[in-house]
Amino acid sequence: MTDFSADSILVLLDATPSGKLANSAAELLGAAGTIGTPIALIVGSAQLAEDAANLGAATVLVAEPGDGLTIPTVDALAAALELVRPDAVLVAHSVEGREAAARLAVRTRSGLAVDAIGVSRDDEGVVAHHLVYGGAYSVTSAVTFGVPIITMRQGAINARAEAAAPDVRKIDVTASGKPAASIDSVDAAVIASTRPELRGAAKVVAGGRGLGSAEQFALVDRLADVLGAAVGASRAAVDAGYIAQSHQVGQTGVSVAPELYVALGISGAIQHRAGMQTAKTIVAINKDADAPIFEIADYGVVGDIFTVVPQLIAALEAKK
Amino acid sequence: MKIVVLVKEVPDTYADRKLSLETGLAKRDGGENVLDEIGERALEVALSYADKHPDTEVVVMSMSPATAIATLTKGLAMGAASAVHIVDETLLGADLGLTAEVLASALRKKGFDLVVAGNLSTDGSGGVLPAMLAELLEVPAATALSTVEIDEHRVSGTRASDSATMTISALLPAVISITEALPDARFPSFKGIMAAKRKPIEMLSLAGLGVDAERPDGARSIIIDITEKSARKAGVKITDQGDAGEKLAVFLLENRLA
Ligand SMILES: Cc1cc2nc3c(=O)[nH]c(=O)nc-3n(C[C@H](O)[C@H](O)[C@H](O)COP(=O)(O)OP(=O)(O)OC[C@H]3O[C@@H](n4cnc5c(N)ncnc54)[C@H](O)[C@@H]3O)c2cc1C
Ligand SMILES: Cc1cc2nc3c(=O)[nH]c(=O)nc-3n(C[C@H](O)[C@H](O)[C@H](O)COP(=O)(O)OP(=O)(O)OC[C@H]3O[C@@H](n4cnc5c(N)ncnc54)[C@H](O)[C@@H]3O)c2cc1C
Repeated sequence: MTDFSADSILVLLDATPSGKLANSAAELLGAAGTIGTPIALIVGSAQLAEDAANLGAATVLVAEPGDGLTIPTVDALAAALELVRPDAVLVAHSVEGREAAARLAVRTRSGLAVDAIGVSRDDEGVVAHHLVYGGAYSVTSAVTFGVPIITMRQGAINARAEAAAPDVRKIDVTASGKPAASIDSVDAAVIASTRPELRGAAKVVAGGRGLGSAEQFALVDRLADVLGAAVGASRAAVDAGYIAQSHQVGQTGVSVAPELYVALGISGAIQHRAGMQTAKTIVAINKDADAPIFEIADYGVVGDIFTVVPQLIAALEAKK
Repeated sequence: MKIVVLVKEVPDTYADRKLSLETGLAKRDGGENVLDEIGERALEVALSYADKHPDTEVVVMSMSPATAIATLTKGLAMGAASAVHIVDETLLGADLGLTAEVLASALRKKGFDLVVAGNLSTDGSGGVLPAMLAELLEVPAATALSTVEIDEHRVSGTRASDSATMTISALLPAVISITEALPDARFPSFKGIMAAKRKPIEMLSLAGLGVDAERPDGARSIIIDITEKSARKAGVKITDQGDAGEKLAVFLLENRLA
């Protein structure tokens, strides 16, 4: 017997090592709210339950964390699935989230849909929407039967759910005993920057190999600050050590879809475009008039970034 | 030690990749197909361990169309001792769940101390398969590693997840997945290419693996709709005459982007 509503959507909320809900929480609960009643699962501190309710969770299930990588989360998800019997399970497409979702799908023989940018219902249940090959195709996927387990791309969902009164319940989890890797040490990622986060940012200024050095990459930061934008980079810039990998935009980095994307000294290789070509407005500055980035730029400047960008910054500052 | 490296054949990302609007499947006939770059890096991890430990056996394994032999041969030319190619017509359009069942069953059949996979393929880019395999094989998974250390009993490394960097480890047998932070793969030498011609490629079918692509008790993920977005067009392109920064500022301000 359960008293969960018939249209329940179970949502796994990631917690950060510093003990907060991950940014994806608001998006996941928002997406769940568009198709049913969001029921949150937190593996960890009950203190986060109130935050989850504020973000729209009608009920917050709290499970004790266990030892080892991912397995305790999967065990808790399996217990919550049994208890809630939801119409779908939504999980962030973070490294942690997607692996938990993947294991849950294997364990419960459920269908798995990954990297969705939205969810909706059709006559037969919850379906997932995806952008494939860098946004060249929109694909809708469904599962043949049962509860779909769906991972959601971070920074892709604008819907937000209304705050709910906290209804918090502890749940008991039976450990599966599946072998897990052990976590020997953890360094919380230091977010020293006051700039917007790349995922979900409204504006992104990205730099490539054309910046030439880590010191000169500061030009990207300066323009980003004037525009209130997040900082992105090409893989070549990451490989050259100009900036950390978490800023990489593209096929094997972050996918962004901002209002404005400014590409500085980036040639526009297809793998880079795969992560940014759905931006509303694309601006590119490159000294090579034949650089492929110009094929998709709304406003292209053939010129040297080290003269054009300082002039742009000065002009923008003058107008403010 | 026996290391099995999982490699996927993918459409070349340097070309335009196409999906069939009828089936939603990747069009594999049109463009060039290649050994996924992350799979090459995974193979490099195994080969550089084998360089230092000559009693290591490195096997490359792929579930791919019959035409993918060339990518497996490349793995052999780079230095793997043998290859396993899982080919079956019923695997066309396999979802993640079926892909995982098939690979897990082949891994069980061949045996392994360590399975090395990429963290993320460049076409499906699900980033989930290694975790699914570990769940099926009941072995630990040390995934998303940007550094790897292997010894006889244990594998460890640095895992960069979304909000933290951690050091993790697992006892063997285990599955690991690696990120593109690890080094580029070596090029096949001429000697390697010649030697590859004599190395064994074992073919496995679903019947041989005891996997039923249409088993009724497992749910599958299917594509129910697909549309192609119209390609983006180029807009204005100016060449800097000394005032491009100012012109760009006007463009941004007029469009309320600054
Ligand atoms: C499997 C795979 C996955 C990949 N994933 C990604 C990914 O996720 N993201 C990604 O970005 N790449 C990815 N790549 C790499 C990609 O193919 C390119 O190598 C990379 O994007 C190139 O980066 P870049 O444009 O900074 O460098 P380059 O291609 O070297 O371009 C530098 C540009 O800067 C311009 N320039 C130089 N100096 C100046 C100046 N003073 N003023 C103006 N312009 C200047 C040059 O004209 C040139 O166009 C991937 C590749 C593979 C094979
Ligand atoms: C729109 C769409 C169309 C698709 N069309 C096709 C299609 O035409 N043909 C097709 O085969 N699949 C297709 N797939 C499915 C998808 O590519 C498979 O599920 C895939 O085999 C595994 O998913 P992934 O590439 O996301 O794996 P990931 O989890 O990203 O892969 C991680 C690692 O697992 C290993 N790995 C993954 N797949 C294999 C494999 N097959 N053999 C060996 N090692 C592997 C590699 O080491 C890889 O680096 C499609 C998916 C979508 C969304």
